[in-house]
Amino acid sequence: MNVVIVDYGAGNIQSIRFALERLGATAVLSNVAEEIQNATHVIFPGVGEASYAMEKLCATGLDCLIPTLTQPVLGICLGMQLMCTHTEEGDTKGLSIFDTQVVRFNTTLNVPHMGWNTVEGTGVLFEGIPQNSHFYLVHSFYALPNENTVGNCVYYIPFAAALAKDNFYGTQFHPEKSGAVGAKLLQNFLAL
Amino acid sequence: MLTKRIIPCLDIKDGRTVKGVNFVSLRDAGDPVELAQRYAEEGADELVFLDISASEEKRKTLAKLVRDVARAIDIPFTVGGGISAVDDVGMLLANGADKVSINSSAVRRPELISELAKRFGTQCIVVAIDAKYLNNEWIVHLVGGKVPTQRRLFEWATEAVHRGAGELLFTSMDHDGTKQGFANEALNKLSQTVSVPIIASGGAGEMSHFLDTFVLGNAAAALAASVFHFKEIEIPELKTYLRQHKISVR
Repeated sequence: MNVVIVDYGAGNIQSIRFALERLGATAVLSNVAEEIQNATHVIFPGVGEASYAMEKLCATGLDCLIPTLTQPVLGICLGMQLMCTHTEEGDTKGLSIFDTQVVRFNTTLNVPHMGWNTVEGTGVLFEGIPQNSHFYLVHSFYALPNENTVGNCVYYIPFAAALAKDNFYGTQFHPEKSGAVGAKLLQNFLAL
Repeated sequence: MLTKRIIPCLDIKDGRTVKGVNFVSLRDAGDPVELAQRYAEEGADELVFLDISASEEKRKTLAKLVRDVARAIDIPFTVGGGISAVDDVGMLLANGADKVSINSSAVRRPELISELAKRFGTQCIVVAIDAKYLNNEWIVHLVGGKVPTQRRLFEWATEAVHRGAGELLFTSMDHDGTKQGFANEALNKLSQTVSVPIIASGGAGEMSHFLDTFVLGNAAAALAASVFHFKEIEIPELKTYLRQHKISVR
């Protein structure tokens, strides 16, 4: 196994690395096209602001590379959002892997939506994970549910907590911070 | 459904937990990593590490501790205590902290909140506020609640959120250490005033205090130290109790 975490200065990378280590997998950080293409599994992390992150991706040509990958790719949090067609955050065009839009929570409830919420998941990522397990989320923007949705979550409205299409996967929650169920989800991804 | 969070707080000095802890089964009760692991296993939703050391070696020791904690646990954690520079925060996040909390340094120079939010995102910036009720006003205090300021709680909270605080950690100095319950009236007003999650801190003594702060105080999370360290309240029991009272917990 040869796991590569896409390195574009998007933070939160250490936690993902440690989570993989706890599963006995080592991951390397890279922004080099060849290394990413040769990986067995690619993790596309992200924390921070969308337009800034997208600029960083474009600066190294990663925006063109990621949609062409053929091995399992997992986008986490902002990584998942950037894999959608568009996000309201900074009016940013995404990688258009998942055919859905990312919009801001518009509510009198607390934003960011922060903490542990239940996810109704289906498909390979959620194999062996009890329905409505709690995952950890921190986000102010969310992907609208669409036909790629494999994980549903409700704050005041339903949103896509996990997406899957072909070899591409995305989670709005942080599996690396979601205790045992998060570890199981990462394990499921590594088993693909 | 989004759950209410239970957050044990660990005071750290020179890489060790300082308040006495009463975990008999721990090999080393002063080892923050082992204690953190224990709390994570028991169902804590998050942890807060408050560094109270002031030595020259502080930065290095704290960075290593953060790294060790991040390696060991799979729940989010916040690091606070004496953070006053953007570089300090960068170092803590790079080593695996999920959030940082700032307190006195933000009151002294509120621009720090804006700078941190811009650089790292609001989601990882917790502004901690210590306040005391004096002459019918909640007055913000510094240095662990010892030094009063000119700032009023609700005004300061509003400014902090406006500048980019993603979460507020409110400690009532009048309630802290009393074990008589949280400052629910102020907490509730705070939650009506700002739109970010509020962590209630100070005053936990019994399980009912957690219920009260979630219902009456409208807190998103509740933080406590000694009741957990001394096993006066066990997290699994607390969660069962809250569930029985229709509070959504993990």
